[in-house]
Amino acid sequence: MSETPTHAAKEIAWDRKDLLDIKSLSADEIQLVLNTAESFKEISQREIKKVPTLRGKTVITLFYEASTRTRVSFEIAGKRLSADTVNISTSTSRVQKGETLIDMAKNLEAMAPDAIVMRHNVPGAPYILASRLAASIINAGDGAHEHPTQALLDAFTIREKKGSFDKLKISLIGDIAHSRVARSNIYCLTKLGADVTVSGPATMLPREVERLGVRVVSTIREAVKDADVIMMLRIQKERMGKVLFPSVRDYSRFFGLTPDVMRGALPDAIVMHPGPMNRGVEISSEVADGPYSVILDQVTNGVAVRMAILYLLLGRGGGYEDAH
Amino acid sequence: METTENRRMLLSPQEIDRILNRLASEILEKNPDLSSLVLIGMRTGGIYLARILRDKIKASEGIELPIGVLDITLYRDDITTTNQHHFVRKTEIPFTLGGRDVVLVDDVLFTGRSTRAALDAMMDHGRPKTVRLAVLIDRGQRELPIRPDFVGKDAAVLPDESVEVLFDEKGNVQGAVVEKRKS
Repeated sequence: MSETPTHAAKEIAWDRKDLLDIKSLSADEIQLVLNTAESFKEISQREIKKVPTLRGKTVITLFYEASTRTRVSFEIAGKRLSADTVNISTSTSRVQKGETLIDMAKNLEAMAPDAIVMRHNVPGAPYILASRLAASIINAGDGAHEHPTQALLDAFTIREKKGSFDKLKISLIGDIAHSRVARSNIYCLTKLGADVTVSGPATMLPREVERLGVRVVSTIREAVKDADVIMMLRIQKERMGKVLFPSVRDYSRFFGLTPDVMRGALPDAIVMHPGPMNRGVEISSEVADGPYSVILDQVTNGVAVRMAILYLLLGRGGGYEDAH
Repeated sequence: METTENRRMLLSPQEIDRILNRLASEILEKNPDLSSLVLIGMRTGGIYLARILRDKIKASEGIELPIGVLDITLYRDDITTTNQHHFVRKTEIPFTLGGRDVVLVDDVLFTGRSTRAALDAMMDHGRPKTVRLAVLIDRGQRELPIRPDFVGKDAAVLPDESVEVLFDEKGNVQGAVVEKRKS
């Protein structure tokens, strides 16, 4: 039975209104989120999976792009903290009808939400809301820019499985250039002190990616060899015109994670994927469902991490009082 | 331990040890059936005291009582109204509470608000048969209808003073002090 958190980071206070990106977070802030999430994980294992902490708070999920998993994860996180959650799925067609993002936001604000979880196809859209609204804004993915809660839940899962980030070798494989998951993870893992390698087709690697503090290797076998963590990225088939890659079959032949490629991995390596998976494209079913995979742990941990974020953003206000 | 203008000793480690011997005996006296008895320590002081009580009971009865750890942060009634940041720690109750006789252990009882939060937190883990409250120091000034069942020491303390039980990093008691609150 532990009385102190396993990862005693400096106890810094969280004083942000919004969670917009990983880039502006410090390593201490990231560790604070992970430590907080560790305490929240137990709630989801109880018979009564609910605590009264955020009673009376309203959380709106505003998704301009379809996403089941992320939206449901936030919704469950909010409900387990007793917040009221309201989901709005909208399409950019509304914008074309003349309703701007600002109009939408002003209308929402008139209903006094405490937090808005937002996904939008335009990079930076959550920043516009954050600067104009009193509510806390949580970026749940903005175009190809960032997806901070995904990176935090990935870091949480890695820390849970591997203990620490010090000297840990982590390989991200796939479409690095167009992936907000990759970008947020690169910021997050390098801040935490991990040793990050990326690999993917040349057309899917951003120019000068090394400037982000990562190593580039050209084949998946090189990326897998010696890696403690193998993080596969989703290939967005809709993005896959002839320009980026000739065919799905070619992609999976060169960059798919198969049992054959895994034979070159460390025996205690873990395999991660942010989902939804394209089985048989970037990852084979044998690997996705195999012993190395922690993909479902990522989903479970996503709820705890999002509870931690909601708690840190919404769990205080007003004057000071101390009582035994 | 130094006594200064703003800080005075309330209990020495030896006094606390004797008090805990008595509390252990009283708990045993009130709970002859040890098979359903469990101790729940409230973070952080209550955990250390619960462990000491468990060890004392084991020494006299040869039975090691199960021990749980309760973090009440998420059940506080001021969580969304104070500016102070409350770090959330783990709650670890590695047994079912249903049907158990629980002794809730805290170091200092003051307004009763923490106890209220602890009761609510516990009920979300199951329905104990009985819950009794053991505290090392009762400083009075209750704001809720809560009363302790086992009291180490009643202390008359001014409203602007704080009472603290000190532990070293291993959980050994170093004493209890009364301090003028910094304004």
